[in-house]
Amino acid sequence: MNFNVIGKHESDSRANRDAYVTAMQEMMAASNKVCHIDCDLYGCINTKKLEKEFPKQTFNAGIAEANAVGVAAGLVATGRTVFVHSFGCFASRRVYDQAFMSCAYAKLPVHIVGSDPGVVAAYNGGTHMPFEDMAIYMAIPEAVVVDPTDYAMLYDLTKKLAASDKFSYMRMVRKGIVKVYDDGAEFEIGKGVTLREGKDVTIIASGIMVDEALKAEEALKAEGISAKVVDMFTWKPIDEELIVKCAEETGCIVTAENHNVKTGLGSAVANVLAKNKPVVMEMVGVEDRFGQVGAQKFLQEEYGLTAENIIAAVKKAIARK
Amino acid sequence: MQKAEKMQALRVFAAEIRLETLKTIGSLGFGHVGGSMSVVEALAVLYGEVMKVDPKNPRWEDRDWCVMSKGHAGPAMYATLGLKGFYPIEQAYTLNKPHTNFPSHTDRTKTPGIDLTTGSLGQGISSAVGAALGNKMDERDSHVFVFVGDGECDEGQVWEAAQFAAHYKLDNLVCLVDDNKMQLDGKVEEIMGHAKGIGAKFDAFGWNVINVENGNDVEQIYDAVMSAYDCKGKPTCIVLNTTKGKGATFAEPSGAHSSQPSKEQWDEAIAAAEAELAKVKAQ
Repeated sequence: MNFNVIGKHESDSRANRDAYVTAMQEMMAASNKVCHIDCDLYGCINTKKLEKEFPKQTFNAGIAEANAVGVAAGLVATGRTVFVHSFGCFASRRVYDQAFMSCAYAKLPVHIVGSDPGVVAAYNGGTHMPFEDMAIYMAIPEAVVVDPTDYAMLYDLTKKLAASDKFSYMRMVRKGIVKVYDDGAEFEIGKGVTLREGKDVTIIASGIMVDEALKAEEALKAEGISAKVVDMFTWKPIDEELIVKCAEETGCIVTAENHNVKTGLGSAVANVLAKNKPVVMEMVGVEDRFGQVGAQKFLQEEYGLTAENIIAAVKKAIARK
Repeated sequence: MQKAEKMQALRVFAAEIRLETLKTIGSLGFGHVGGSMSVVEALAVLYGEVMKVDPKNPRWEDRDWCVMSKGHAGPAMYATLGLKGFYPIEQAYTLNKPHTNFPSHTDRTKTPGIDLTTGSLGQGISSAVGAALGNKMDERDSHVFVFVGDGECDEGQVWEAAQFAAHYKLDNLVCLVDDNKMQLDGKVEEIMGHAKGIGAKFDAFGWNVINVENGNDVEQIYDAVMSAYDCKGKPTCIVLNTTKGKGATFAEPSGAHSSQPSKEQWDEAIAAAEAELAKVKAQ
């Protein structure tokens, strides 16, 4: 692992999706065995560029996601590395049986990319807002399930997943994401990243909630509360060792996720703690509700996916210690 | 070899596959007899005459592929591959027993010669399309054969795969429809009919369609596959008009999807298949 945290809470000037496209361009140029399949969403993630530059490695499957995932499995069986993209709702719910049987069960490690995770689906609304995508993929044995934090991480994880030989599901914010890490950062799948050291509480977050966690840590510090912050971008296999260490060091944990807390990161962390080191826990995330339409900022407030809510959860956790 | 001799050899191979399929399912006493019996002749043609395969190297890169999208016909695949020398046929008799490599539905991670995993209906044809696309990209002279059931054609995914295969002009793909007229709950036309017919649907999706009047006749199947090889620029669908349970004395009359006959009925069915094999060999 090799990274530098910027911590300025500023949006990246680049569209986040270009991190994926750039990583794919580099991998496709290096090997004609690397392929991308899209489901009539080239225009949404800028993969028309891939089709233009690598027409024999890029396929549009049309609006037929289940078949796209099955085709990907067949292509992997001919010795290829294949990424399939659709919006997160379709890339999870709609293709689940295909991802399960044709890919994961069959040991054909397709990589599925779901864009617009959780509240990021914003103006597409509740029909398109997956708060359950990570949960259903975590239910597949041996699956790798990741929620990248920013451009640098998305770029690095795209390459790491390609090299992993494991079936995977990766969330992808298309645009407008806060830059947390400097470019060139490198990560290890299955290993959480400690961004801030602290002794009173650990905030374990992923995706868009990492920056909220960092903002919370700064506000808490001003109040004399020392919070450790961990970016737990891999939900499965989760970094059990680090979670236990955090519990031992800080005595309580707060999780923060852009997902249903009943079946997500909070649950995964609780699972580890209950077995190994039970400590007080609070979970910030969507409280078993459906999505709805609106600006991302409104939705983050509506569902409590904010630094303010993390701060409140931290105080509650510390009080319960 | 003259064609007549080839066809005679295929008839013997089919009779052997039928017998071994019955013995395989009979080893536990119950299973998907109906849909296994109906594809026996097509498997005999593919593995006996048409496909390039190497039993000693099941994942040989230049092989032809066969995908049993109607995965419950696994026992017929296991009998065929065993007779072809992928493994001793006796191994198939462990069907569905603890830790077996021969599960109800075909599994590429367990059985030598099984190219793709199937079982959830509609999925095998998409994977087969992917394999055909991959082979085309590699410019291999390899064909991908995929069996789908007539009942399986209820699944929307079959038609998603069909439109993809035609769009990408996968003329190395041959889909064999086991049109045995029955699905689990009864007659296909009563459960979920196919309007103008499955062949008409594939035709509308832009495929080359060949109708085989008797899908349990090796010569008719062989001629259809040879005709498919001549078709360029689009995938071929061969509609096999078959009989569910064909040759299984307890299953053919009812066309049952799965069967659990008595020991006496098994003995009778296996004896009948042995007698049929002897009769075909004598021809």
